[in-house]
Amino acid sequence: MIQADLSVILPEIILAVYAMAALLLAVYTGKDKLAAVLVWSTAGLMAALGIWIGTNGGGTQEAFGGMFIDDGFARFAKVAILLSAAAVLLMGLEYMARRNMLRFEFPLLVALSAVGMMMMVSAGDLMALYMGLELQSLALYVIASMRRDSVKSTEAGLKYFVLGALSSGLLLYGASLVYGFAGTTKFAGIIQVAQHGEVSIGLLFGLVFLISGLAFKVSAVPFHMWTPDVYQGAPTPVTAFFASAPKMAAMGLFARVMHDAFGNAIGDWSQVVAVLSLLSMFVGAVAAIGQRDIKRLMAYSSIAHMGYALMGLASGTQMGVEAMLVYMAIYVSMNIGTFAFILMLQKDGQPITSIDALHQYSRREPGKALAMLVLLFSLAGVPPMLGFFGKLYVLRAAYEAGLAWLAIAGVVASVIGAFYYLRIVYYMYFGDEGEDLDRSNSPILWVFLMGSAAVMVFGIINMFGVDSAAAAAAAALVR
Amino acid sequence: MEEMLREYLPILVFLAVAAGLGIVLILAAVVLAVRNPDPEKVSAYECGFNAFDDARMKFDVRFYLVSILFIIFDLEIAFLFPWAVGFQDMSDTGFWSMMVFLAVLTIGFAYEWKKGALEWE
Repeated sequence: MIQADLSVILPEIILAVYAMAALLLAVYTGKDKLAAVLVWSTAGLMAALGIWIGTNGGGTQEAFGGMFIDDGFARFAKVAILLSAAAVLLMGLEYMARRNMLRFEFPLLVALSAVGMMMMVSAGDLMALYMGLELQSLALYVIASMRRDSVKSTEAGLKYFVLGALSSGLLLYGASLVYGFAGTTKFAGIIQVAQHGEVSIGLLFGLVFLISGLAFKVSAVPFHMWTPDVYQGAPTPVTAFFASAPKMAAMGLFARVMHDAFGNAIGDWSQVVAVLSLLSMFVGAVAAIGQRDIKRLMAYSSIAHMGYALMGLASGTQMGVEAMLVYMAIYVSMNIGTFAFILMLQKDGQPITSIDALHQYSRREPGKALAMLVLLFSLAGVPPMLGFFGKLYVLRAAYEAGLAWLAIAGVVASVIGAFYYLRIVYYMYFGDEGEDLDRSNSPILWVFLMGSAAVMVFGIINMFGVDSAAAAAAAALVR
Repeated sequence: MEEMLREYLPILVFLAVAAGLGIVLILAAVVLAVRNPDPEKVSAYECGFNAFDDARMKFDVRFYLVSILFIIFDLEIAFLFPWAVGFQDMSDTGFWSMMVFLAVLTIGFAYEWKKGALEWE
């Protein structure tokens, strides 16, 4: 019995045991001298686990009496989480090593937060949900304040911690209400109680609090205020991590709770999620216009993108979940390339984050400018790029679910949002006299930037099969 | 539903009384009290002499570290206690779950020890 349970969570066990063993090994031997080795081994292990989960297994397995669910949906999210975490870990290696901030705890905390994220997307119970969420969040709070001597980084960590604790409080309050009115913490039990039309007022309160707590984690408006400060204050490799795997995990968790626990009461949560989506898209698009710092800009960009992903969820259909997964997969791969570019920006060895430094960038680095142009077009959703197809998926899902007003609002917001992406393109190609940035020649970053840009262009042929995988994943979740 | 809510009625009454009494006392101080301030009355009182410095002083971060470590092990005991009480009827899974938990905690302890978090200097 217990062996069967353990075999279901084997990937999580491997990663957790690895992180603890590596922690002891590093602290008792080389300490920070081992950091680079640990970054490579952690990234390698996470990529290997991602490939293993992706190619192995089928069907739905439950462990620990339904607390942990391993189905197609969880596997899709886990593959995206593990691969993006591995990629971001490698991207930050050189940046951190050069600034003398590479500590051996960094890759291990990333590994532990990845364990939490895998737990989140597989949660089948409110307690398992909370456990995964906290394991992920606690590791993220620490790496946000990695640069202890920098005021901004510590501020980012503290803000993230305080607001994260607040959101956990909201979520727990909602969870306790749900437990009180449904009589169970298991999603499979809650869905029996929460039939449409008979959702008691207490359960509805619990549901709304749960959504608020989750909206904090996906940084949806009006729970987004921590995002720009944390993105700007945290070291850039950490920001890159925040913008990829945790977002995927939080959206996966969101979809999991909504469909597994409240799948019979779609009408009750769909409106709330639609409002979150609408606000996120517009605030993300409008507030980013005034930003001169590219990390802050990417924070607002991620808020807007979460709005589109939530639009898929708000549809409440299988197609909506599929659209959301495709959108998130595309979003994460775009972000990896964009942050590889941001990590390369530096002047006299100091990192540069102002977009004013990008004037005339194409004259100096035509190749990288072109790749960034592709990525920015894709982020804005300009047609031939993959980002456009992601938006197309969610808009179509929303339209077919009868949320035409939301789809139209999405198109309007994406036109507004295109302005600030295209402004960077304008600076790079037609800007005034630019600054002399260092010519960085980091092969890892170059590979990720070019690879991500190539995916945005060539992905439109068949999306590398991601859309069919997402369809299978959505079918596993929405029954 | 009605039945269940009725059980919580005393708590509601208590909350109303607590909030009401608090508001009444604060408002009474504002409405009824005689106010006739002068500089000596409003200045901070510190045993007859002037205040030395700001009340918000800096604490050594090590106090914080020690208190956090204390909390962790304090909670561990709180978690161990029900486990120990129910030890007689425990399955193997229950036993080994706690062993795994303690092992994870020990790894953390070994880490912080080696890292020097337990040393004052």
